[in-house]
Amino acid sequence: MYPIDKMGDVDLEKYKVDADDHAYIEQLSKIETEDAKQLLDVGVDTSESGRAGTFIQKDKSVIHCRTKQDGVEVLSISQALEKHGWLKNYLWKNISPHKDKFTSQAKEKPHEGYFIHALPGAKVQDPIQACLYIAQEGFSQNVHNVVVAEEGSELHIITGCATAPQLISGLHIGVSEFYIKKGAKVVFTMIHDWGENVNVRPRTAIEVEEGGVIISNYISLKPVGSLQMSPITYLNGKDSVARFNSILVAGRGDFLDVGSRVVMNAPGSRAEIISRAITSGGTIIARGELIGKVADIKAHLECKGLILRDGLMHAIPELQGYVPGVEMSHEAAVGKIDQREIEYLMARGLDEEEAVSTIVRGFLSVDIEGLPAGLREKLDKVINETQKDML
Amino acid sequence: MLHIEELRVEVGGKPILKNINMEIPKGETHILFGPNGSGKTTLMLTLMGFSGYKVTHGKITFKGEDITNMPIYERARLGIGVSFQRPPTINGLKTRNIVEICGGKKSVDVDELSKQLNFSDFLDRDVNHNFSGGEIKRSELLQLLAQQPDLVLLDEPSSGVDLESIALIGDTINFLLNRGVKRREKRPHKEIIAEQVKSALVITHTGHILDYITADKGQVLYNGVLCYARNAREILKWIREYGYEECARCTQ
Repeated sequence: MYPIDKMGDVDLEKYKVDADDHAYIEQLSKIETEDAKQLLDVGVDTSESGRAGTFIQKDKSVIHCRTKQDGVEVLSISQALEKHGWLKNYLWKNISPHKDKFTSQAKEKPHEGYFIHALPGAKVQDPIQACLYIAQEGFSQNVHNVVVAEEGSELHIITGCATAPQLISGLHIGVSEFYIKKGAKVVFTMIHDWGENVNVRPRTAIEVEEGGVIISNYISLKPVGSLQMSPITYLNGKDSVARFNSILVAGRGDFLDVGSRVVMNAPGSRAEIISRAITSGGTIIARGELIGKVADIKAHLECKGLILRDGLMHAIPELQGYVPGVEMSHEAAVGKIDQREIEYLMARGLDEEEAVSTIVRGFLSVDIEGLPAGLREKLDKVINETQKDML
Repeated sequence: MLHIEELRVEVGGKPILKNINMEIPKGETHILFGPNGSGKTTLMLTLMGFSGYKVTHGKITFKGEDITNMPIYERARLGIGVSFQRPPTINGLKTRNIVEICGGKKSVDVDELSKQLNFSDFLDRDVNHNFSGGEIKRSELLQLLAQQPDLVLLDEPSSGVDLESIALIGDTINFLLNRGVKRREKRPHKEIIAEQVKSALVITHTGHILDYITADKGQVLYNGVLCYARNAREILKWIREYGYEECARCTQ
């Protein structure tokens, strides 16, 4: 049997909260090649071309932080707090440090994190890239990120998280708070590439004002010891929108408990949660929770899971309507690949293995909004490699 | 090209095909008539080797090779191609990609082929996802045009197709089977049709497709038994006049 609950396993005492300092790198192209490869795999372009800004943190040190285009600010959170007196009001606003031991750790022993700020009305063309990287063995990296998109701004962020190839164990705690103001739009794409024994605990809250849009894409295809996250979004303004896409793959021994929660507090708000999950010897808990607090809201949740060979897939779609006039639906399916689809492709000349891998590739290729072309290709390539490992 | 001897097939433990003998020579198109539930689709899926269709007796030979127990993809690679009546949707797989898959090692000009079928707008949609009846037929034929099988099995090519596209479907089948009359080249017709000789088995319940394609022979399948073989149009006239009840009388 596969474990359905492995959450209690993380013992904070086992992790070090201090790490060696790493030197700041003025030119990102001069980063150590070993690190560069890891960064590339999670979508960071070391040439910084076609990027509006970059933030890279290795262990507890910010090793590169640069803004390239007008209308946007990329800073480390400590720099940002020094520069903007108002920012302290945004910290811990929608997430309590007492939520769990991980948030307390992030509060008590903070190690930087990024601050990304889109100025009012700024439509930032190119994406901003951010990367949180663990190289120190047994390190607990506790970051606090804040993203503020001012009124009418548009922002696209790609964050990659990765570990050094030789790293065996580590813990990543990432508290992230998003503020999407009136009419602003944020597309946030997060790609994770952790290690087999790395535990990951992101804690995210997103607040959206009137007419604001958050699109969040989450991709985890590589092995991870355990991952548990369930970002919460508050659609507080009229006609605000939230869309969440996740693509999850769990190999042997991996444990993923991933969900999205959206609370609709204002009329006209819309939410959509789509997840595609494949397990091949691992455990995936795919949650989705839609909460309708007022009338005239609309939301849909779609969760599809495939079990290849073996593994555990637990889909938990939840809908909560507090008043009449909410419109929420869900669709969840867990199963194996349809034999008819396999045979259909075999009738076109593919052998069974080729047919299965073609179907798996299709299953995972959700149309992800706002993904730069280069990253889409890279993702297709990773999906290709991943499905080879799974079969 | 295709030779079926004393074929008996069970589906879910129930005998569906009881004793089928059939021969489709190289270059010939045969029509298989039969009422719903007579076993037409079972025969086609058995020829392709689909799971769930258990051959309990008899033998299928294609191009001189015994294919009775051959895996589906080997039959496809040997040159059998099917147009399915109800193909499954494959989420995330674009029509363009499946057409490329059908081409195998050949390089296929997908855009050009789809233009012929007026199907260019569908190339970037998921295979069969929310396709109408006619769109499914066009998608299936497009795949076969890329695949270029030597034996083409068509399951109800005209069912669910609106009147506007039925002529297009007919033309495409003729083109696929190299039996078209449309001049696509300046060379004499005789030379063109001699180049590529394809065989076909076309399943039809109503026979409407015969208004658009030509056939060498017709056969009637009734209750798992092939009961009659003759000129296809002649059979169709009989069926139109008397219905399939005549078959009941003759198989008793």
